[in-house]
Amino acid sequence: MKRLLPLAAGMILLLSACGREDLSTLNPQGPVAQKQFDLMTLSISIMALVVVVVFAICIYVLIRFRRRKGDKTVPKQVEGNHTLEIIWTVVPIILLLILGVPTINTVFGLSKDYSKDPKALQVTVTSHQYWWEFEYPEYGIKTGQELVVPTGKKIQFKLASADVTHAFWIPSIGGKIDTNAGTGTTNKLYLEFPKEGVFRGKCAELCGPSHSLMDFKAKAVSQASFDRWVAAMKAPAVMPEDSKIKEAFENKCLTCHAVGENNAGSSAPNLTGIGSRQTIAGILYNDEKSTEENIKEWVTDTQKVKPGNMMPSAKDLDLTQEELDGIAKYLADYKLDY
Amino acid sequence: MAAHAHTVKRYRGLMDWLTTVDHKKIGILYLIAGGLFFIVGGLEAMMIRIQLMKPMNDFVGADTFNELLTMHGTTMIFLAAMPMLFALMNAVIPLQIGARDVAFPFLNSLGFWTFFAGGVLLNISWFAGNVPDAGWTSYVPLASPTYSSGHGVDYYLMGLQIAGIGTLLGGINFMATIINMRAPGMSFMRMPMFTWTIFITSALIVFAFPVLTVGLVALTFDRLFHANFFETGSGGNAVLWEHIFWVFGHPEVYILILPAFGIISEVVSTFARKRLFGYSSMVFATVLIAFLGFMVWAHHMFTTGLGPVANGLFSIATMLIAVPTGVKIFNWLFTLWGGSIRFTTANLFAIGFIPTFVMGGVTGVMLASAPADFQYHDSYFVVAHFHYVIVGGLIFGIFAGLHYWWPKMFGRMLNETLGKFTFWTFFIGFHLTFFVQHFLGLLGMPRRVWTYLPNQGFDTMNLISSVGAFLMGIGTIFFLVNVIASAAKKQKVADDPWEDGRSLEWSIPSPPPEYNFKQLPLVRSYDAWWNEKQKGNAEMPPAEPVGSIHMPSPSILPLVMSIGLFAAGLGFMYDHLIIAIAGLVVTFGCMFLRSVFDDHGFHIEPEEQEKGVHV
Amino acid sequence: MSAHEHADGHLPHEPEKATLEGRNKVLGFWLFLGAETVLFGTLFAAFIALRHQTLDGPTADHLFELPMVFAATMILLFSSLMSVFAVQAMHQNRVKAMIVWLIVTILLGLCFLGLEIYEFNTYVSEGHQFATSAFSSSFYTLVGFHGAHVAFGVLWIGLLIAQIFKKGLTVVTAPKIYVSAIYWHFIDVVWVFIFTVVYLMGKVG
Repeated sequence: MKRLLPLAAGMILLLSACGREDLSTLNPQGPVAQKQFDLMTLSISIMALVVVVVFAICIYVLIRFRRRKGDKTVPKQVEGNHTLEIIWTVVPIILLLILGVPTINTVFGLSKDYSKDPKALQVTVTSHQYWWEFEYPEYGIKTGQELVVPTGKKIQFKLASADVTHAFWIPSIGGKIDTNAGTGTTNKLYLEFPKEGVFRGKCAELCGPSHSLMDFKAKAVSQASFDRWVAAMKAPAVMPEDSKIKEAFENKCLTCHAVGENNAGSSAPNLTGIGSRQTIAGILYNDEKSTEENIKEWVTDTQKVKPGNMMPSAKDLDLTQEELDGIAKYLADYKLDY
Repeated sequence: MAAHAHTVKRYRGLMDWLTTVDHKKIGILYLIAGGLFFIVGGLEAMMIRIQLMKPMNDFVGADTFNELLTMHGTTMIFLAAMPMLFALMNAVIPLQIGARDVAFPFLNSLGFWTFFAGGVLLNISWFAGNVPDAGWTSYVPLASPTYSSGHGVDYYLMGLQIAGIGTLLGGINFMATIINMRAPGMSFMRMPMFTWTIFITSALIVFAFPVLTVGLVALTFDRLFHANFFETGSGGNAVLWEHIFWVFGHPEVYILILPAFGIISEVVSTFARKRLFGYSSMVFATVLIAFLGFMVWAHHMFTTGLGPVANGLFSIATMLIAVPTGVKIFNWLFTLWGGSIRFTTANLFAIGFIPTFVMGGVTGVMLASAPADFQYHDSYFVVAHFHYVIVGGLIFGIFAGLHYWWPKMFGRMLNETLGKFTFWTFFIGFHLTFFVQHFLGLLGMPRRVWTYLPNQGFDTMNLISSVGAFLMGIGTIFFLVNVIASAAKKQKVADDPWEDGRSLEWSIPSPPPEYNFKQLPLVRSYDAWWNEKQKGNAEMPPAEPVGSIHMPSPSILPLVMSIGLFAAGLGFMYDHLIIAIAGLVVTFGCMFLRSVFDDHGFHIEPEEQEKGVHV
Repeated sequence: MSAHEHADGHLPHEPEKATLEGRNKVLGFWLFLGAETVLFGTLFAAFIALRHQTLDGPTADHLFELPMVFAATMILLFSSLMSVFAVQAMHQNRVKAMIVWLIVTILLGLCFLGLEIYEFNTYVSEGHQFATSAFSSSFYTLVGFHGAHVAFGVLWIGLLIAQIFKKGLTVVTAPKIYVSAIYWHFIDVVWVFIFTVVYLMGKVG
């Protein structure tokens, strides 16, 4: 869609009808989103019918019964009409039944819990201001910002927040659910990813200045590829070769972050294999600029990229240019083979 | 000015406005204050739309953007929409029911001044540099002391608490007024539709606002005194806030929209020269909507994780509201059917309301379906939906009401040509702004976003939306020009300037004298004034002989009490307990004075009534 | 409709409803109590949601001593009864009796407040402070809101007694006495709920 196109609304709506495959709810890429889309289609159809009827009556009335100039006649004063009133009470009730039954069906269908199902993959999601942590309790691995899942399996999520309320949303795969802070309000959600691909995830609950930038990616891969990824994640961490860079990385990054087995209980995103991710910080796309440049942009001034986030910038960490370059190169090259 | 034997002091000029207990003047005060806040909220909206005009824009910073969206929502709902409704209800309700005043003129004045004090308190946050930024819903933990240091959210809490007192007083006052003060013969089922909707709205205020009061108190205690209501680390529960907020918040939506239904009913029926179609079913539908409005709050929380049973129940309950609302829509259409429709500006807004509100309503039913709502929730789809309901519904209704009752309130007509410019720019601008937002949401754009990355398919529609917002701004300017132009004109209008007036307010002078009715009218039917005209009568039949009319005295106490509360609010926020206590002492001291010194009021004698004084 | 038509001795049977102003006041006050009901309902809801979140602080079972709370309940119930007598006396135009009953009403109210302050003091010394836990915050807020209502009622009725001395019983003062009595019953009813929901349920778990 180019901005130069004429601003005729109808035209644009046609062009943008379904939106991006990896982002739009109108372009469902999984059975959960599909069920929701079906319900949306059903409700839109019913409602379009209502709108058409009302508009038609409205337009007819306005043309037919407009007052002619100087008209002093008094129209017949009608109190009401029982038949008509019954019709427009009963017909909506029937329409609502048509919508209500599948709604209830889907409400229960989508709330199924696969957390005890051995065939499902369990993922624990923890939201932070402004990043996402994905833990795979069955494998003992954690990653950040990029969820990796196998196709053809049910993925059962357990979601909570480490700070404020966020909401976990991958529009083209399925609807959102809040991540609440505190005990007793952990949420569950299952999703399915039948197709391989990278799907865009968003935070959908106001969570602070960088709420709009709290994007993540969900990457669906084949089961074999997923198994390789798990193995690579569990393999011993690759550390910088240069000892000075290694020291700087350990002292200035690993105090919060983790790679592989190093500092596994960390409070910041796990960096294992960050070089294979699509983005840095969830929003700097590695296909637009190189991974290395993106890491440098991010670390140089984190507040410029994501206002209000917790990560200190290079100057707060006393990172020298040499250290920054070295760490950026190391991280950009830290790729997982899967 | 009345030079009367009574000792009651009467004021002129500014002091008259500060001390007035006359519902018509208080209505005008509400209109001025609400209009002012409407402009403030509108400017905030413009800044939001400028920021979102293009991807990765940096017109305002992320912090400022959150402040803007919070203040825009809070201001528009509590300080613009509600006061403008209060303006119309003050100006019109006593006239429509044939009363000389409201039940509690003093409280009426107090209600206005507390609202105004609360509104000013909330807005001085811009100058204090600590602006609320957690959204108008102020969800915790984001609004908790842990994640929101500084005083921003405190301004929200104190401002709304003080303004809320005013709203609650107004609700009680208008309920009591409508129950107790109706003219002889004005039975409930002869009340004009606007009066009915205000009656129900007042009941909703009385039963919904205290919930907000408690929520605000609890969060205030958390923030100022280390209480743990919502502190998840100390056993508090953040979801509890969501429940409390929406148990209030959903009825609030109906508090806003029901009066608009009433206005549309009056305007459509007047300008179609026809009796409102299905009056009794309209009344029943209004009551039913209000009743259901209390049992659907959790549809704002489908994604909170309440479980399938709650989600299913609240889905169905929410869908049910569509039935009485549909009844209303068709009743309006069939009021027009067979009528003689005159396209005044007021009626254009009313007719524009019908399809617009239907669109907002159908998206409401779509949102009611919980599984689909998982996709819509907190996306721009919701933003589009509630602006269709609140702007396309309520604001169109208020514009219709203002154009309709303006001659009654001020004794001057608004210019029809300028009015039509207002309507068309505002109407087209509105649909441009918000129609595309449905699609933005469906394409995956969350709401309350400061900016968005390019290449997501959001760019063009955001631009259209921003252009539309400018048109709405221009529409508002046309209206302001119209107001100023009409103020400059000196000609006086007739009692019944639309010639087709149906209810009692059109049977008395425009603007009405201080005491409204020289003799209380005898109401003999629904559409009382219209029916008298049809019988060839030039006046309402009187229910009492001409006599001395008792009036309440003006008082400065309401203003002083509000200033006391304002000071107390600031004092608590900034830990200056002395100021806080001093403020409360002033407020309670005024209550003491009010209780101890009886207000005997004064009388306007028949010979003064002849002179038509005190306008 | 004037406020002082009946002010010279001949009071009607129900002086509080003799004028439109009086009727408005009574109706408006009932509506206000409707709002108060919602207010307390919300406080109860918050308390019920949070009452088990005691963290390291003392639990309800550990804290509450039913005999004292029961005594407080009885005092408030009797106080409410006294205000009934006061309104009866008003309807019989026995102004002195009315004043006596009102004085007893507020004296009992003061006893209740004294007990409550003593109770809160004990709790605080046992480590149950306002900021201890979600339970303690919601407890003090609910019971404290009620206590503040009692205190306001005592001051208000006290002021009304003074006004009766000064102005006598008129169609202006009678509605005030009447609505203050409804108010007093209302806070009594709220207390019965507090006694049940907070104290009794606190004891049984």
